[in-house]
Amino acid sequence: MTHILEVDRVGKRFGGLQALTNITFNLEEGEILGLIGPNGAGKTTLFNTINGVYSPEEGTILFRGKNVVGHKPYEMAKMGMSRTHQIVRPLKDLTVRENIMAGACFGHENHNLLAAGRIADEMMGFAGIKAKPDQLAGSLNVAQKKRLEMARALAAHPKLLLLDEVLAGLTPSEIDGMIKTILDIRKQGVTIIMIEHVMKAIMNVSDHLLVLDYGQKIAEGQPEEVVHNERVVEAYLGDPNMARRLMEEA
Amino acid sequence: MNKIASFHPGLWLALAVVAAIGIWPIPAQDAALREVSFTVLIAIVMATSLNVLMGYTGYVSFGHVVFYGLGGYVGMYLLNDYHAPLPLAILAGGAAAGLLAFLLGKAILKLRGAYFALVTIGVNEAMRTFISNFEPFGASTGIALQFSVYGAYGGAKQALWVVYYTIVGLALFGVLASYLIRHSKFGLGLMTIREDEDAAEVMGIVTPNTKTLAFVASAILPGMVGVLFFFKNGNVEPGDAFRLGVSIETLVMIMLGGQGTVMGPILGALGYQRLRGFLLTSPIFKNAQLVVAGILLLLIVLFIPAGAVGWLRQRFAWLRKVLA
Ligand SMILES: Nc1ncnc2c1ncn2[C@@H]1O[C@H](COP(=O)(O)OP(=O)(O)OP(=O)(O)O)[C@@H](O)[C@H]1O
Ligand SMILES: [Mg+2]
Repeated sequence: MTHILEVDRVGKRFGGLQALTNITFNLEEGEILGLIGPNGAGKTTLFNTINGVYSPEEGTILFRGKNVVGHKPYEMAKMGMSRTHQIVRPLKDLTVRENIMAGACFGHENHNLLAAGRIADEMMGFAGIKAKPDQLAGSLNVAQKKRLEMARALAAHPKLLLLDEVLAGLTPSEIDGMIKTILDIRKQGVTIIMIEHVMKAIMNVSDHLLVLDYGQKIAEGQPEEVVHNERVVEAYLGDPNMARRLMEEA
Repeated sequence: MNKIASFHPGLWLALAVVAAIGIWPIPAQDAALREVSFTVLIAIVMATSLNVLMGYTGYVSFGHVVFYGLGGYVGMYLLNDYHAPLPLAILAGGAAAGLLAFLLGKAILKLRGAYFALVTIGVNEAMRTFISNFEPFGASTGIALQFSVYGAYGGAKQALWVVYYTIVGLALFGVLASYLIRHSKFGLGLMTIREDEDAAEVMGIVTPNTKTLAFVASAILPGMVGVLFFFKNGNVEPGDAFRLGVSIETLVMIMLGGQGTVMGPILGALGYQRLRGFLLTSPIFKNAQLVVAGILLLLIVLFIPAGAVGWLRQRFAWLRKVLA
């Protein structure tokens, strides 16, 4: 059993706000971890702390066996970590193909343009991008931009992929398509942490769930256990009606 | 596959325009026409090189003339005090400018947007003040070449042509380099930084190094051209070498022609220098060229932010095949 990621007692503050407190968890290679929690719980902040956008004040993070606290995001990328952003960040004035090529060029495999072009063509299909390769990324609709964001992260052939709400704002049929894509990614041996509010999706896809509330880990385990956990129902959902719906959806 | 054939036709068009401007005065050996072309070619080199930083990387600099000025000084110093051959002086000017960009890049490229732009103005002023007090470079009086230096090039008249041919070569080289950068992995990294620097870091672009390299790449040719200009001029002084107006005009050229394209800075330089030539001969505008530059910049930013070439490429998709 190898842990690709070990997060140990990590804390992150923004001025007076303790955004993350004493977060500890391990991630096994090849698994999908679902990260859930109410708005403002610190999920995105945890991603930012793992991939070097922020440096935690406390704790250690081991990625592929190496302490990466204080590493820059580009160092994390070079070590095989990719991510998508909750608010998509397409390179607007570059083409769809160039966007994906950039992902392949600068990640840990460090491809040249020719190889990156080949990967981009492959990823267009894999990620279900319908737009033309030479269309400007800024002209895509939201669903296509989300797919582009994902294709760009995947083009780096990451070891660990962080997906921040890739399903938000998609229609039910788009969600089904995206879930299929995520499962396909896992089949290729990529370890995934995904933040998601769409419960049905996260229940179906995740091997484990981790629940954050006010920057603290309040539960962790098999999806079925976690959604029946009282603290989760209370903290995460606030009211019992929502809790029932959660279980039904699940 | 033949690699040359895969070059964008827009490159050939850009090179053809520069070559045409360069060759124009040569058959008739016309000194007046040569002066016109000389000015335009220098503007093309300045705009094309600044475009690497501004158009590709997205960093607006008001300090581009610093590299031209420093390169010019270093070259003149070597020519005058050490009787260095001109090619060596040119290379030294380019190297000095590149080195300055490297050091500056480490220091100020952490700043983004308006902060970076503002600091570049400060760099220009600081450099001028420093050189004005630097004795080896003649302090405030600068360096005046001994006339004998031109002897090695067949006299002053012949030297002017030598300088001119070299500028034509450098302009062609600059445009080729601009194209190659834009279509390289390095260029893709620069454009990714331009579009979203934070995302670029997350994607694995080592932004501090990449930006510094862009800064160095944009500084070398201005340093070389500075040597040629002041060699031809016969003397260099702080006020001429570090004129903020030159930086601003270069910026206007890029905006006019279209930032981030290969052809834009060429057309912008040509268009702006033609306009400037007209303004200088007009009694009303003679002393107001920077005012006109400012108004022009305002109009471009408001109405055609992509510049002429950018606008054409957006408007007529087929033009993308011929305009790089
Ligand atoms: N850069 C920052 N500076 C200051 N506070 C921040 C910063 N980033 C996040 N926060 C705060 O940290 C807390 C956690 O935010 P975060 O974005 O991680 O939540 P989240 O769980 O991703 O929420 P959502 O589900 O709405 O995306 C919030 O209170 C937020 O306002
Ligand atoms: Mg979030």
